Amino acid sequence: MAVWQGHSPELRAQVRACAARLRDGFAASGAVPVECPILLPAATLLDLYGEDIRGRAYVTSDALRGEQMMRPDFTVPVVQMHMNGGAEPARYTYAGEVFRRQEEDEARANEYLQAGVEIFDGADPAGADAEVFALIRAATAGLSLRAATGDIGILMAAVGGLQTSEARKAALMRHIWRPRRFRSLLDRFAGRAEVPPTRAALLAAADPFAAAGPQLGLRSREEVEIRIAALKADADTPPVSDREVALIDAILAVRETLPFALEHLRDIAVDMPSISSAVEGLAARAQALETRGVDIAALDFEAAYGRTHMEYYDGFVFGFYAEARPDLPPVASGGRYDALTRVLGRSAGRPEGIPAVGGVVRPGLVVELGAQIGGES
Amino acid sequence: MTVKLGVPSKGRLMEKTFDWFGERGIELGRAGSEREYAGRVGGVEGVELVLLSAGEIPRDLAEGRIHLGVTGTDLVQEKLASWDLRVEMLAELGFGHADLVLAVPSCWADVDVLDDLDAAAAAFRDRHGFRLRIATKYHRLVRDFLRDRGVADYQLVDSQGATEGTVKNETAEAIADITSTGETLRANHLKIMADGLILKSQATLYRSRSAAMTDADRAVLSGLLERLAVD
Repeated sequence: MAVWQGHSPELRAQVRACAARLRDGFAASGAVPVECPILLPAATLLDLYGEDIRGRAYVTSDALRGEQMMRPDFTVPVVQMHMNGGAEPARYTYAGEVFRRQEEDEARANEYLQAGVEIFDGADPAGADAEVFALIRAATAGLSLRAATGDIGILMAAVGGLQTSEARKAALMRHIWRPRRFRSLLDRFAGRAEVPPTRAALLAAADPFAAAGPQLGLRSREEVEIRIAALKADADTPPVSDREVALIDAILAVRETLPFALEHLRDIAVDMPSISSAVEGLAARAQALETRGVDIAALDFEAAYGRTHMEYYDGFVFGFYAEARPDLPPVASGGRYDALTRVLGRSAGRPEGIPAVGGVVRPGLVVELGAQIGGES
Repeated sequence: MTVKLGVPSKGRLMEKTFDWFGERGIELGRAGSEREYAGRVGGVEGVELVLLSAGEIPRDLAEGRIHLGVTGTDLVQEKLASWDLRVEMLAELGFGHADLVLAVPSCWADVDVLDDLDAAAAAFRDRHGFRLRIATKYHRLVRDFLRDRGVADYQLVDSQGATEGTVKNETAEAIADITSTGETLRANHLKIMADGLILKSQATLYRSRSAAMTDADRAVLSGLLERLAVD
């Protein structure tokens, strides 16, 4: 069982002390300590993540406030707090419990501590990325962790630049974090997947409503007609070219050390200029990381990293792993989430958002690994 | 101690279960009046019949309060995470057949496959300002199914009965419910999605993987399973 749950008061005190030490370290670098509620209004999280969040977070309710969720992470409440009146630039740090519902694996902790840091600063995004990465790396130094990095923004830029309809790009963008659905959409838009027979019949039908039942429910006849028109327009749209699909595949296959990845992506950008600015952003980040003393020649970069499990990130993403303990989840992770600040900024009257990046460490895992290292030396 | 067998406490599921055991020489029945929940067992020693709500049998099996239980596949898979680690399926009993399916109004001429539902859900959210509602009581099964297939922008709303009526009442846009013939769905102007079969369910005999047993219980259980020809 993971450290924290079911362990002695002494061990728990050790984990708490580690969390406090991490937060103090982030504070010493200029971040302001903040507290966040444990119970968050469920509506915000449901709007962001959809129904899937119910499988990952605990939901409770009362008759007065309705559904509440036990904080699954700090990023959302910290962003909300900041968008409702924080001065900029801002750096925050926090430490406390997060709660994750587990339905598959009993060995995974459903309650653990996180200590983290978040930077809201649009002046130098590459510099802020490097700053967060360096802070998290320093906080976990000595544990022999392997860092993995990625940048989901490159794939997003590639989708945004496809020579196809806005509707198709929006559909792909909406599923950027769901690789299977993304792939099946791309195959369909490229004319590689068979059109379902009922779809073909619908598009060929003189009266698509011939077999339809009586009007029922909130979704109106007009909405159905609009979608049929959209399907017809889509059927008339030329397929996404094999060349562009191959370039997307080439981006998704990039997995090497940062300097080689950069070179590789620059080659792809020659054929796909829409990703150039995202790739140059990666170059600037590499530079900023090097300035902070990170050995980028040994740093792994994977263009598809974090695509399945880090959904609110839309740029730089990273994780730190204990190589000798593949059974453990990442000891630390983080990334850039500019779009999240725009979504959460809407209700605060700040729909333009602010560039933001952050990272978290799990003190329980730090203590567990530290004890191992201590025990071996 | 005795080997405890949990059986649904009312209706056709109970009667058919009694028949199924009866055909194999094990007589099950209520101990007293129609309203009494105590059971009696004939034809075998050391087995106790416990009459329970079909919905409670999965948890009772998982927690080891009963050794054997008859309930629907749908209920076991909805209520138990990692169900196959907690209970063992011994036999499908050949009755209580029902499919858990996704159904949408038949007036949705544009929606036939999940790909359509996903696109319709995105447009619905843009237009109405909330996520398309799917009424069900099988939250976990439906959520896992839709997540696995990459459908987004929907929400599940709880419906413990008369689920087919929720669309007409405008408390949901679509439903996920159990059907055996599809008749109720059709009568309510709903159609089953072409790839909307979430689970095929039937009455099934399960064994608990955690219920405590004495050596005597073990002997009774193996004798019983031999008589039932399921082990």
